[in-house]
Amino acid sequence: MSQLQERNQREPSDHPSADERRATRQAHLIASEKARDLSRELKVNDFHGGVHPPENKHQSTGEPIGSIPLAEDLVVPLNQHIGGTAIPLVKLGDQVLKGQKIAEADGLVSCPVHAPSSGKVVAIEPMAVPHPSGMVADCIQIRTDGRDEWCALTPVEDYASRDIDDVLEKIRDCGIAGMGGAGFPTAVKLNPRGGATIDTLIINGTECEPYITADDMLMREHASEIIGGVEILAHLLDQPERVLIGIEDNKPEAIAAMKQAAAGTRFHVVVFPTKYPSGGEKQLIEILTGREVPNEGLPAHVGIVCQNVGTARAVFRAVALGEPLISRVTTVVGESLGRQRNIEVPLGTPIHHILEQHDIDRKRLQRIVIGGPMMGYTIEDDGAPVVKTTNCILAPSKQELPAPPPAQACIRCGLCAEACPASLLPQQLYWYARAEDREKLQAYNLFDCIECGACSYVCPSSIPLVQYYRAAKGDIREARAEKEKADRARERFEYRKLRLEKAEQEKEAKRLARKKAAEEARKKREQEANSPEAKAAKQESDVVAAALARVKAKQAAPEQVLARAQRSLTSAEHRVERMQKKLAEAEEAQKAPLEAQLKTAELKLKEAREKLADAEKQAADAPAKSGQEDAGNVQKPPAQPSVTEDKLTVAGASSSAAGAAIEKAKAAAAARASMAPEEKLANEIEALKKRVEKAEARLAKARSEDDPNTGAFETALEKMQDKLQEKLAAQQGSGK
Amino acid sequence: MDWLSEVSTPLLILGGMALVFGALLGFAAVRFRVEGDPIVDQIDAILPQTQCGQCGHPGCRPYAEAIANGEAINKCPPGGQATINELANLLDVEAVPLDAEHGEEDVKKVAFIREAECIGCTKCIQACPVDAIVGAAKQMHTVIVDECTGCDLCVEPCPVDCIDMVPVETTLQEWHPNKPSDGIQLIASDRPDLHADDRSAA
Amino acid sequence: MSLMRVTSPHAHSGQSTAKVMLQVAAATIPGVLALVIFFGPGVLFNIALCTGTALVTEAAVMKLRGRPVGFYLKDYSALVTALLLGIALPPYCPWWIPVIGSVSAILLAKQLYGGMGYNPFNPAMVGYVVLLISFPVEMTRWVAPAELIHGTPGLGETFSLIFGNMNVDGFTRATPLEIVRHNQSTILAQLYEMEPMFSKGNIAGVGWEMANFGFLLGGLFLLFRRLITWHAPLAMLATLALLSVVFYDGGSSLSEGSPLLHLFSGATMLGAFFIVTDPVSGCTSNRGRLVFGAGVGLLVFVIRAWGAYPDAVAFAVLLMNFAAPFIDNYTLPRTYGHKAARKATDLEEQ
Repeated sequence: MSQLQERNQREPSDHPSADERRATRQAHLIASEKARDLSRELKVNDFHGGVHPPENKHQSTGEPIGSIPLAEDLVVPLNQHIGGTAIPLVKLGDQVLKGQKIAEADGLVSCPVHAPSSGKVVAIEPMAVPHPSGMVADCIQIRTDGRDEWCALTPVEDYASRDIDDVLEKIRDCGIAGMGGAGFPTAVKLNPRGGATIDTLIINGTECEPYITADDMLMREHASEIIGGVEILAHLLDQPERVLIGIEDNKPEAIAAMKQAAAGTRFHVVVFPTKYPSGGEKQLIEILTGREVPNEGLPAHVGIVCQNVGTARAVFRAVALGEPLISRVTTVVGESLGRQRNIEVPLGTPIHHILEQHDIDRKRLQRIVIGGPMMGYTIEDDGAPVVKTTNCILAPSKQELPAPPPAQACIRCGLCAEACPASLLPQQLYWYARAEDREKLQAYNLFDCIECGACSYVCPSSIPLVQYYRAAKGDIREARAEKEKADRARERFEYRKLRLEKAEQEKEAKRLARKKAAEEARKKREQEANSPEAKAAKQESDVVAAALARVKAKQAAPEQVLARAQRSLTSAEHRVERMQKKLAEAEEAQKAPLEAQLKTAELKLKEAREKLADAEKQAADAPAKSGQEDAGNVQKPPAQPSVTEDKLTVAGASSSAAGAAIEKAKAAAAARASMAPEEKLANEIEALKKRVEKAEARLAKARSEDDPNTGAFETALEKMQDKLQEKLAAQQGSGK
Repeated sequence: MDWLSEVSTPLLILGGMALVFGALLGFAAVRFRVEGDPIVDQIDAILPQTQCGQCGHPGCRPYAEAIANGEAINKCPPGGQATINELANLLDVEAVPLDAEHGEEDVKKVAFIREAECIGCTKCIQACPVDAIVGAAKQMHTVIVDECTGCDLCVEPCPVDCIDMVPVETTLQEWHPNKPSDGIQLIASDRPDLHADDRSAA
Repeated sequence: MSLMRVTSPHAHSGQSTAKVMLQVAAATIPGVLALVIFFGPGVLFNIALCTGTALVTEAAVMKLRGRPVGFYLKDYSALVTALLLGIALPPYCPWWIPVIGSVSAILLAKQLYGGMGYNPFNPAMVGYVVLLISFPVEMTRWVAPAELIHGTPGLGETFSLIFGNMNVDGFTRATPLEIVRHNQSTILAQLYEMEPMFSKGNIAGVGWEMANFGFLLGGLFLLFRRLITWHAPLAMLATLALLSVVFYDGGSSLSEGSPLLHLFSGATMLGAFFIVTDPVSGCTSNRGRLVFGAGVGLLVFVIRAWGAYPDAVAFAVLLMNFAAPFIDNYTLPRTYGHKAARKATDLEEQ
């Protein structure tokens, strides 16, 4: 939503003078730039805590960035970033070219994936990916053809004159995600939410983790590309007031190269003392600006966007050359390797291929760490590929990174609290994590932990503190999700209950309405019947007697008519039933003619019912007294139509005509039903019982003959039984 | 007269104090009354809302009401021991083990309809307490996985037995490391033999 | 080949509890040396008896609890506890004093609460207080510095004092704190001239001042090694000094003693750098440590000036141990990105 607003804001309709605004801003900046005291600008701050682990950076900086032969198979995971997994665009067996988009972003916070080399898609299935869980995830496997043939690339010409959204779209389309480690889609980050004004762009060249030198080497060798990327980033962010490139003072060559490349621009290369974890986004922001990212907030909330140098270079290549993100610089380091250096490697290259190219000594290898020794994770399957966030492959020997000794008890020495860059109390968090006291964990701000590992690093008792925090965070997130789900389930349950109650009430109301209508109709009929009688009553007494005799004679006649009508109804029903039975037994092909027959039968049934209704009307026309006496007789027929209705439904062939007829019959039956519910029920139950018996016999027969329609019969029987139960229950209820 | 005043003075003082403080407390109780959640709501908030009826009540809320009226708190297998402990904590009663009569604690599951076999009888739809199954008469039905509470009430009514309860799998995004085993500090895992094991495994 | 699967971080500083404990033990050397020089080798016997008993007790409890004995003894926490208790006890006390004290410290104060890291009270101080309350006579007889009694007990005498039934009274004198405390009629300047304890010393009594100086040196070593933070010791010493300035009363006969006397006599420096800094039973945050230390300083002065005991570090520390969780609750550090620190009892708004 907020992103949408942001988008709107960028549209010219909201800001017709966007370009103008930019121009003014630029002018203002140039003016203020001159006036600004640069010493204030470049003042660096310190952050709380931090540690100084051995840097171990020299091993991999001896050689320039190299390359290795293309692997036979490239495994490209569909999710190499934070956000939705990309959706494949290719099929098995497809030929793909280098740089061709093979999977499309799924949603706004997502990234597309491109083929790192030309070849054939040989698998799209779950495969090992670099992830601490060791679980598999969907990947596209490409068998390379060795030609390494590029697809056509479309750079953005003269990006400064283009619409910002076009450039952002290009960055999104090139699948660029943060290359520092987290892998957040860059285009999303460059499109700050909530319309926050960005006054500072920070380029992170800190690389504070021991062993890793990928960014260091990149800055040494590709400083101009990085600066080109920074120019694009600054343009996309409406030329923020300050653009700071932060580098730790242990990389003098990189600092020199960057300073040279940045000469003549308004970008400042800021050098500050080495301390882990100064490369953490929040820590770097504090070092360079003194600002703190608010709790549960983003850097954009304090007017800052932070991008890694690798990302800046990728942005440059995407915009200037149209190249998607298909390779990266990775440090390959560790004592179990024969050769330690940085390489530019296509994404998707299996890690074992890289290790073999660097003379791995498997006997010395005891773990493979993806990332540095402070925050990296181990993988067990070295078939996992290099992805967009793989900045280091560390293959240490046993002596280099010894196995952790067993943890001792915490003595609350407080070294962890002193090392914590977030000013947490790790020892307290540890107690509560062990006790799984979620409320306390949150009260002690567990979620502000950046998992940098400084606390575990200094812990004299070798307690795996970070693992406790990760587990506790996961548990709390899980519990939150579950709570949310439970709340939703509760809501749905309550709503369903309400709905059922409402339906019941509606039914009840309808029933009452019908009852009332029937009552009124009867009264009206009685009145109509009474009025001639009243007239007659005014006549002389002999006339009265004669009239009474006549009425009695008349009354006999409707009774006969009624009986006849009932008989014809019964026979019609029998016919319908026979038809249905036949239909049920018949094969699919024979169904049509049978259905037609059934229809005729049903029509006849309808006729019979109409006759019956007429007869009943006549009967009802008779004097009230005798009419009531007849009630018992009149009750009988309605019970049967309702059963017939069941049969029709079960046979699955109820035509609309029959349905209408049945509806009518049902209505009539219901109208009369009010006369004597108990008796009606009793009759219905009797009839139902008989039908159930019949149905059971039929089912047994069907089963013994292995009839294909056994299922239907079963359902029918079940339904009838249900109905019978219902009626019995109702009878009991009314009996009370 | 002295003894009288000796007795009456403290009596008066204490009695007066009792009255004053009683009045104060009474006033505070009325004036600063905290409208807490009714106990039923609090219990209902703890229950897992699977609406499975394994406790013998038609849903979680009725069970919450029953608990508020003194029913045992150990009849909820989906919630398991964690829920029992929380209830015990809330109601200040002893946390008892789960009553096996009502079922056993199991991994989280959701219903899955083998769609090829579904005959579209709508029986499961009627049985689902949270309306998590969609479909119409003679149309194939399917389960909305996100809404399914795993109560398995739909399994029984299905005439063709096409509903399975499948365990919920963790996704890569949901995954998180386990809490380290307490190792050294726990008596059971603390023995020298296990200890040596720990070293080599670590 | 199977690859290891462990969570980050993979690197470690190499610091270990055992190393920390050994360095703490090493830091007591200057103080102990001063004690030996001025009060004779009695303190070494105390330390030896305490250490032996403590290690045996620890091992026995570990055995009973079915835990690897070696693993737990190797953290040297029992050693440090015993060392501190041994230093705090009066030299040449009967052998059963250190034995009972050590058993109380390890068994009652530490293992019954769950072992290292779980004890709410400082074990050494619990052992000391148990002895002080149970055996006040033995616990308040301090041997005088050699200069005052022309030589500390010889080896034979030492054995008779500790294992035999020789009475130590011949070697004891009042401690500097006791002298000032029992002074009713003399102004301090005169008292310092009259009492050989002060006249032969420099600022806070012969021997005592040097022992305190020794422990101050050890404390500075610990600070330098970053094994303790300055907060608690500084807060304690500053509070103590401030209060003694306030109640110095110009050195009159009613004076509670000069700041220097309070800082460099009794167990002040031992307490400030070795007892108050005990992480397990103290406060967790730096602000909390300031409050904790100030509280100890306040209580030490209050008990020294107006309480029934001449020295008070043990009682002050134990009383503040009670208060530590409460202080912790109100002294959480402000977490990065949060506007203000809050109390731990303010639960997350759901």
